[in-house]
Amino acid sequence: MMSGTPSNPVYRKRLWMHRIGIAMSFFAMAVGLSFLMWILATLFINGVKALNPGMLTQSTPAPGSEGGGLMNAIVGSLMMVGASTAISTPIGIFAGIYLAEYGERSMIAKVTRFVTDIMLSAPSIVIGLFVYAVYVANVKHFSGWAGTFAISLIAIPVVVRTTDNMLRLVPNSLLEAAFALGAPRWKVATMVRLRAVKAGVMTGILLALARVSGETAPLLFTALNNQFFSANMNAPLANLPVVIFQFAMSPYDNWRSLAWGGALLVTFSVLALNILSRTLFQQKIQG
Amino acid sequence: MDGIRDCGADAFWPFPYMSSTISSAAMPVIKQTAMEPSISVEQHGASDKGLVATMRNQRWQDFLFHKVTLLFALTVLLMLVGIIISLAVGAWPAFREFGLSFITTVEWDPVNDKYGGLIAIVGTLVTSLIALVIAFPLSFGIALFLTEICPVWLRRPLGTAVELLAGVPSIIYGMWGLFVFAPLFGDYVQPLLAHTLGQLPVVGQLFKGPMMGIGILTAGLILSVMIIPFISSVMRDVFEVVPAVLKESAYGLGCTKWEVVRKIVLPYTKNGVVGGVMLGLGRALGETMAVTFVIGNAQHLSWSLFAPGNSIASTLANEFAEAESTLHVSSLFALGLILFAITFIVLSAAKLMLIGMSRKEGVK
Repeated sequence: MMSGTPSNPVYRKRLWMHRIGIAMSFFAMAVGLSFLMWILATLFINGVKALNPGMLTQSTPAPGSEGGGLMNAIVGSLMMVGASTAISTPIGIFAGIYLAEYGERSMIAKVTRFVTDIMLSAPSIVIGLFVYAVYVANVKHFSGWAGTFAISLIAIPVVVRTTDNMLRLVPNSLLEAAFALGAPRWKVATMVRLRAVKAGVMTGILLALARVSGETAPLLFTALNNQFFSANMNAPLANLPVVIFQFAMSPYDNWRSLAWGGALLVTFSVLALNILSRTLFQQKIQG
Repeated sequence: MDGIRDCGADAFWPFPYMSSTISSAAMPVIKQTAMEPSISVEQHGASDKGLVATMRNQRWQDFLFHKVTLLFALTVLLMLVGIIISLAVGAWPAFREFGLSFITTVEWDPVNDKYGGLIAIVGTLVTSLIALVIAFPLSFGIALFLTEICPVWLRRPLGTAVELLAGVPSIIYGMWGLFVFAPLFGDYVQPLLAHTLGQLPVVGQLFKGPMMGIGILTAGLILSVMIIPFISSVMRDVFEVVPAVLKESAYGLGCTKWEVVRKIVLPYTKNGVVGGVMLGLGRALGETMAVTFVIGNAQHLSWSLFAPGNSIASTLANEFAEAESTLHVSSLFALGLILFAITFIVLSAAKLMLIGMSRKEGVK
């Protein structure tokens, strides 16, 4: 930085433009960080009030009745997220393997990569509409399986993209060494290439998990919601995001308090998964 | 060229012009080291029958592997095609009934079964536009800070902090917006805006009206906070691609940091910046939960930004689960189709811009 004001007016003006620009950049960073802290602080303050053992052991209360918890919602969410991870992980990894292995020359691979990136940012409510039209309207009832289907469709592009990017990072010399030893292509793709980036692929799965845990819109008209405890995936299943949606906009105090508690749970697990996947990946790169 | 012919490098690549230096006896040997088992069993004797069988098996396995992975890769394409088809099929009754004027009709009357998408479409576009106008300078400032001004040891923590904004689920933004932001906005900021900007001749129309705290402006503001991490992360990536030589020669000529960014970095990364902005726009268009909480869910159009309105996503979230008549459901499908079409076009344009940017990555 220049010390003292230059005498030339042109230089002075340029220096001031520079100082204003840099100050605005500091300001923008401060604004971004303060919004983050504001949101997290609000969440924490309001959510901690609702945290008590009852929240994890009792089902959602009926309108107007006291107390209650979020157990059925938590269980339902865990079931749907778990099932969707089981579905989306193999599909995503295999698709990612195709894109990385055969992606250089194949037109299908280029188009698939393009479409995957678009589906990553596509509106999730449209995915809910799609699953409704294809599945729910045909079987004539909402169900946990429909919800699982919807959130798998959201998780698959995340896993595909991460796997594809990770696999393409493997150095060619490693692959050529495997080929030179006479390994068939499928063995090189799985046992050499995939194994080399295991940690990165795990990161992708964790990120998909984090993304999917917070999604509400696709569950609104696929899994709907259930006031009581149910482990039946073939019927409307309680889930945390939709319960939060319903309770937050309601006039009952205990419902709103439960909504904040649920919001704290969801955010905490999503952020923990995000940070976990980052640290896991960094360790593998350095270690 | 003679030097290349003389050395043994041609053992790996039997180029045509080198064939004169390779004896004809050596050629079959080179071909055999490739993956194809083009030798016959008699040439190598019975002891290699096992080897040939193994290689034949491996060709089968490779073929199957290719087809299986191709199948899984096609699921993503199938998803896209399926979405478009199912939305179009669901929306068909509405378009048959109202025709293309569905897009320009203001009415939304479930009681009399008359629907028009203009309120929802305008709401979506206006909130996204507000979000973009506010998020762009903020993201630019954040990207500039993280790439040029921030000390290196602070870069990762601050960068992670900004990315965390993207990780917070959208329903949390909605709750924070409704319970914390909207009351403060309605009590302090909206009166201020009404007194200052609301007094101007033309622009003033936008800032008059009931100051409830929720409305289109609030929804736009919350959306802007949500899309900041997306735009700033793309901008950071493209800012880092600028070759150091260009910046250093500018510094060498005596440019200030701000001038380097404005005159060197920005023109170089133009495509990437536009791509990032359109990515943020695509995200903002499709955002559901945050908007549903604070937009007020009112089916009417007004000039004031303080008024409540509706966006396509919030209409779907609020009305779909209880829609009764087929025309109502079909109109909602039509809105979904329009939203998907707009988002698809915006995101494709963003992707094409970013591909243009990544071509410059290898430039030294």
